[in-house]
Amino acid sequence: MRENRKSDTIAAVATAMNNAGIGIIRVSGDRAISVVDEIFRSAKTGKTLSNVPTHTIHYGTIWDEDRLIDEVLVMVMHAPHSYTAEDTVEIDSHGGILVMQKILEAVVHHGARIAEPGEFTKRAFLNGRIDLAQAEAVMDTVQAGNEYALQSSVSQLRGSVSRRVRALREALIYQIAYIESALDDPEHISLEGYTTVLEEKLAPMLKELEEMVNSADDGRIMSEGVRTVILGKPNAGKSSLMNALLGEDRAIVTDIAGTTRDTLEEEIRLRDVNLHIIDTAGIRATDDIIEQMGVERARQMADRADLIIYVADGSRPLDTNDAMIMELIQERKAIVLLNKNDLELTVSREELEEKTGRPVIAVSAKEETGIDELGKAVEALFYSGKLDFNNQVVITNMRHKEALSCALESLRLVVQGIHEGMPEDVLTIDMMDAYSQLGSIIGESVGDDLVNEIFGRFCMGK
Amino acid sequence: MPYLEEYYDIVVVGAGHAGCEAALACARLGLETIVFTISVDSIALMPCNPNVGGSSKGHLVRELDALGGEMGKNIDKTFIQSKMLNSSKGPAVHSLRAQADKQAYSRAMRRTLEETEHLTIRQAEVSEIIVEDQAIVGVKTFSGAVYHAKAVVLATGTYLRARCIFGDVSNETGPNGLQSAKHLTESLIANGIEMFRFKTGTPARVDGRTIDFSKMTEQFGDEPIVPFSFSTNPESIQKPQVSCWLTYTNEQTHQIIRDNLDRSPLFSGAIEGTGPRYCPSIEDKVVKFPDKERHQVFVEPEGLYTHEMYLGGMSSSLPEDVQHAMYHTVPGLEHVAIVRNAYAIEYDCINSLQLRPSLEFKKIHGLFSGGQFNGSSGYEEAAVQGFMAGVNAAMQVLGRKPYVLDRSQAYIGVLIDDLVTKENHEPYRMMTSRAEYRLLLRQDNADLRLSAIGHEIGLVPDAMYEKVVKKQEAIDAELDRVKKTVVGVTPCVQEFLRSHGSTELKTGMPLVELMRRPELGYFLTAEIDPDRPQLSRDTAEQVDINIKYEGYLKRQQAQVEHFKKLESKKLSTNFDYSTVKSLRIEAVQKLNKYQPASIGQASRISGVSPADISVLLIHLEQHRRGRLSTGEDE
Repeated sequence: MRENRKSDTIAAVATAMNNAGIGIIRVSGDRAISVVDEIFRSAKTGKTLSNVPTHTIHYGTIWDEDRLIDEVLVMVMHAPHSYTAEDTVEIDSHGGILVMQKILEAVVHHGARIAEPGEFTKRAFLNGRIDLAQAEAVMDTVQAGNEYALQSSVSQLRGSVSRRVRALREALIYQIAYIESALDDPEHISLEGYTTVLEEKLAPMLKELEEMVNSADDGRIMSEGVRTVILGKPNAGKSSLMNALLGEDRAIVTDIAGTTRDTLEEEIRLRDVNLHIIDTAGIRATDDIIEQMGVERARQMADRADLIIYVADGSRPLDTNDAMIMELIQERKAIVLLNKNDLELTVSREELEEKTGRPVIAVSAKEETGIDELGKAVEALFYSGKLDFNNQVVITNMRHKEALSCALESLRLVVQGIHEGMPEDVLTIDMMDAYSQLGSIIGESVGDDLVNEIFGRFCMGK
Repeated sequence: MPYLEEYYDIVVVGAGHAGCEAALACARLGLETIVFTISVDSIALMPCNPNVGGSSKGHLVRELDALGGEMGKNIDKTFIQSKMLNSSKGPAVHSLRAQADKQAYSRAMRRTLEETEHLTIRQAEVSEIIVEDQAIVGVKTFSGAVYHAKAVVLATGTYLRARCIFGDVSNETGPNGLQSAKHLTESLIANGIEMFRFKTGTPARVDGRTIDFSKMTEQFGDEPIVPFSFSTNPESIQKPQVSCWLTYTNEQTHQIIRDNLDRSPLFSGAIEGTGPRYCPSIEDKVVKFPDKERHQVFVEPEGLYTHEMYLGGMSSSLPEDVQHAMYHTVPGLEHVAIVRNAYAIEYDCINSLQLRPSLEFKKIHGLFSGGQFNGSSGYEEAAVQGFMAGVNAAMQVLGRKPYVLDRSQAYIGVLIDDLVTKENHEPYRMMTSRAEYRLLLRQDNADLRLSAIGHEIGLVPDAMYEKVVKKQEAIDAELDRVKKTVVGVTPCVQEFLRSHGSTELKTGMPLVELMRRPELGYFLTAEIDPDRPQLSRDTAEQVDINIKYEGYLKRQQAQVEHFKKLESKKLSTNFDYSTVKSLRIEAVQKLNKYQPASIGQASRISGVSPADISVLLIHLEQHRRGRLSTGEDE
């Protein structure tokens, strides 16, 4: 697995990642055929994919080690006669999020890596398969896909996970910097007997990483609910709605203080759908999103959300705040609530429906009426496929797991190196690899971290 | 008013470690070269520490030597103590360091310059660069003389508008009280060059006869002595060595410093330049690391010609009386007589992002620069840049292609790439941790890595190059042999394994597998390897390293291949990136400012994301197919 880290063989789910009837996993690159060969068992004994002619389809099963994953059809295409003009294998599975995820994991486990956003198309273009007119569209796809991936990667990471990753990185860079400063300034800093110390320091890091890799299997790295934002003008009743949703009869799944400390994320199960409600502590305290945070902040939150719940205050006339929110929910998935129907309404349901162009649910957050209708509406959106289970989350989760596994393996190599009597300057190579893998999870590159740590922590120099 | 008017191929401004290498490289390539210095007596002066090499700097000297530079040969002639640092650690971080006799070093280099054909030495202050149509055409001296040239290398070191400071004393001089160069900065700014102001410092020099060495630890040189230069015969330089001495500061020293911090120009704000973090003054160390009870002080001889000693680790810009009090608290220095005060020095240098990887200014054709003028620090860093700047100036005049070493080829490549790619806010020092492929960039294989390039440039003689080719062949043949040789299960082999605490064989095994066992290695297994050819010590060492670290070396090589792909995709250094759709705004701004020479360099600019790089790759391909006006270098 080690040498495969920089693999140029890439894999991704080529169809939508939902519970549809069929799902295709595409693998492309020099090792595409041999990678799939390792997990594919043909129905005919003795047949391997490396021996079959190009553009042929084969029936068999996919295995990860000894576990049967699915019954599949596999199509083999030799370079340059494929979409990317590279050796390509497509695995047609029975679909289902879990199955596709498992197949993709098996492919990655055997030496491919998860494709970057737009990477298949980029390769197709670079290899001359796509004509010039499409170049700019390719560039847009790459950039937009990447922005989205980056955003979801960092923002959907559970706060506790990113805290653990940061703590690990800090501990690791300190050890690396210690060794490096001793190498750069051997007369000031001694490494006498240091490998014993290092092994002791690495033990808890290894344990921590093992735990995290295991929890990644349960999908506990990323928040996977439908990302939901509640918008409304001041005093529209957003807090009351939150409280109603969080009421005793509805389970609070978790309560995670975010890394920036100003965001609070709650997971709520509404009927059969998990909602991941993003809120900011400040906003909840003052109930004042428009004035406090401004239009821009609301827009950013809306951009990050899969679903917006717009709470309109029925007891007061619609104003510019409402107009702004109505504009914001255009082209976005949103549910409109007419709140305070326990009071005398100055805004009618018809008026609101006309202005938003959507059905309106009348609720009283205070009296907790209409919450069931809200739940049904969310469920309907979800099951009709209008509300996606977030594909990116699954992929990102796998990417993070891959990074954690690589980091773990790098640290194991450090320990192995210590036992083989490798010198400290060789050990730091793997330590640095682990550091950079961990950084990829929280969206941080290595940059000048090491040099800064050396100068910041250790006194060196003539 | 009449003025002197002379014509040269190349003008080199400055005759420090960078200027000397630049001038020698140009003249040796047959170009008429003139080198200017403010004082002929200060050619190759070592105004700070009296040594050459050390961690990662030793690598630079070795690499420079393999390319055909002079520093390694010069220190081999003039060293008075030699040591291999980190010898208990991996081969990649072994680093040679030699104490120099400062005057001998300077004189030997001056003699080499004098005896080099096509090279003229002139004592004068260059005050202007002459630029026409964005190309350099010559320089003018303060006295008004004009020297025409096809290319100019600037290597002014720490002399530009230099100011030396301790306490409230401030002198407008270069290092060591030498005259500073007051006028060139103005001309550079007028030609659109962006300047920075950096700062560095040096400790006091003391009279060795007033030191009580019995209170210090003696530090000896290594035996046998290993030369820097691949062309120096080791037999020829074995000689008696002088010692250095180690002592420590103490709480009393630190108290004096703390009591007088308000009188330090660093803390009072009198010094504006940015100082290096790796070479802090003693007052910096005491402030930044309050928990450290003591700091090391290395007492090093300045040369055989004098009793003066250098107090390594105690550079300072505190007032004279505080310096006296503080030095006298150090064991062994209680009665020391100070010969020269410690001081800080401020000087003008450039923002090195204005340079191409060839060290030519992007905006002024034919103008090259190297050394501390580029914002680096250290004699060795200066020398290698001076050499590369000189070589590339010469290549341009000769109509040949420039030489750019990349990060996978040499520390020199790492150093220059960092200077021209990354924001640099302090004097840049080489460190082994900056070299991501350092396992491949060892000081022991610098000749194997770089001699072919030096030979192609024309600075490594045929005989020298052939020697390296033969060495490489011998290494390859031996590696091949040990991989093919199978060791059988014989009583003699089992006995050998038992005696070294190694697991006995069950079946025959390739010899190389046994060598990989940590407890055995290449050298010990000679006992069970009757067919082993006679190899020179350094050839055998290469075989040993290649076997022992094979797994790690292969991994780094694989990374290098990946790196080279992006490095080979060249970009124009005069391109408007705002015309590329889909690049993020931050990336456009950075790329327009830096004008990277390759996709690889672009990828190392902070603020340029992997997605931006993908976009650039697509853009390049779009251009290749469509011949649009664009970033690809023709």
